Amino acid sequence: MADKIRETIAAASKPAPGEAGKTGDWRSQTPVIDQGKCTQKDTCLLCWLYCPDGVISREFPLEIDLEYCKGCGICAEECPRKAITMADGKTLDDAEEK
Amino acid sequence: MTDIRIITANEAAAIAASLCGVQVIAAYPITPQTPVTEALAGMVERGELKAEYLTVESEHSAMASVIAASQMGARVFTATSANGLLYMHEMLHWAAGSRVPVVMACVNRGVGAPWTILNDQQDSIAQRDTGWIQLYCRNSQEVTDTVIQGYRIAEQTNIPVMVCYDGFVLSHASTPVEVPDREDVERYLPPWAGVPGINLDASMNINPLILSEPRQAPDGDLLPGYMDLRYRLQEDLLAALEAIDSADREFESLFGRGWGGLLWEYQMDDAEHALVSMGSLASESTLAADSMRQQGLRTGVLGVRTYRPFPTLRFTRALAKVKTVTVFEKDISYGYGGALANDLKAALFDTDLRPRFSSFVAGLGGRDVNPEQLVQAATDAITKESVPGWIDVRGQ
Repeated sequence: MADKIRETIAAASKPAPGEAGKTGDWRSQTPVIDQGKCTQKDTCLLCWLYCPDGVISREFPLEIDLEYCKGCGICAEECPRKAITMADGKTLDDAEEK
Repeated sequence: MTDIRIITANEAAAIAASLCGVQVIAAYPITPQTPVTEALAGMVERGELKAEYLTVESEHSAMASVIAASQMGARVFTATSANGLLYMHEMLHWAAGSRVPVVMACVNRGVGAPWTILNDQQDSIAQRDTGWIQLYCRNSQEVTDTVIQGYRIAEQTNIPVMVCYDGFVLSHASTPVEVPDREDVERYLPPWAGVPGINLDASMNINPLILSEPRQAPDGDLLPGYMDLRYRLQEDLLAALEAIDSADREFESLFGRGWGGLLWEYQMDDAEHALVSMGSLASESTLAADSMRQQGLRTGVLGVRTYRPFPTLRFTRALAKVKTVTVFEKDISYGYGGALANDLKAALFDTDLRPRFSSFVAGLGGRDVNPEQLVQAATDAITKESVPGWIDVRGQ
């Protein structure tokens, strides 16, 4: 209830998946993981750490929630093994077609 | 035993803030507000007041700091004047829009250029559209009591409160002030529960980017958009008139002193002529009213304590029987006229009341205004066809 009062007199939001809508719609490039190159496993997780949207899983094989991934490419930039690349297109299907 | 001290309004404001148990103070010194910051810094230094005193690098940062501290649940205080207040301008909007109960003393001073350190009310009047509650005081006792009431009003309405008093005229003049008992203040002002909804287990983004349209949160709540929140601020400000009135009434029942809540009246019962003003100029107007009565003009004073929200209904009731209204004010909305006069004329337009209306700008940048000048101006306004709208302009 207290949360509700706050929300109706001043702008506030609770950090939660989907707070800004299905942000996967914004994507123009899609991250593609080469699971074979992802070798450092638990000692790395830099992609998970750097992802500004928190859409990369902590379990292996890694999964990216494409419903919310905005396609910013930070994970691909940070991956020390170059296991993540950015493909053009909004979905993996689009990416494969090209 | 009653604790009466000979103190300035600046000392009174600092003592009142400390009696309210403020936890975070962020302030930047500026004449004539500086002694407020010195007094509070001294109390913190000596361990008399358990508060965090932030020495910030600007007034903008001072306001930003107290907004943040308030959102974390601290009772906060700051004070400023003139150009310092203008430097806060962006954060004043931010405080009101964030609905944090900040209480600030504004020690009224003229605004440069040309440079002045002396008193008028242009600084706070220039902030009237920021969404703050503005209360104007006429003496140091009222400053003390209004700071205490300010917390009660702000925490009840979630709207920040600016307690305005005239620089030097009040801020540096020593007068007897009854300092309220701390336990009585605690009884009057219950501990503040903090901004609803903020705790470490349920973190929130405060004031995130928000669009004008309402939107559905992931948990299903419909959250208001920008315009909806602004509408709510306006509605709550208008409703705050009652909160301001009742805060003063309850203060009076506990401490034996009231200040009129929204407006105060002097000799208004049978008055045909009303002098309307704010702050120390309103106190001085009572002397003018006395001497006008000796000349056979039945005159009273309507003193404005609450300028925002504007007490329209109280004004029109108080002025229902007068033949003339004369406004004295230490501010001007450049290119039009005195801010108070403009607002009051607009309020009367919604009624059938059409008193003869005159207004005067006086005392800008500390130019002395004496009661004789007020009497002359008001008498001219009543008896002459037209009058100049300024008092004591020289060298023209």
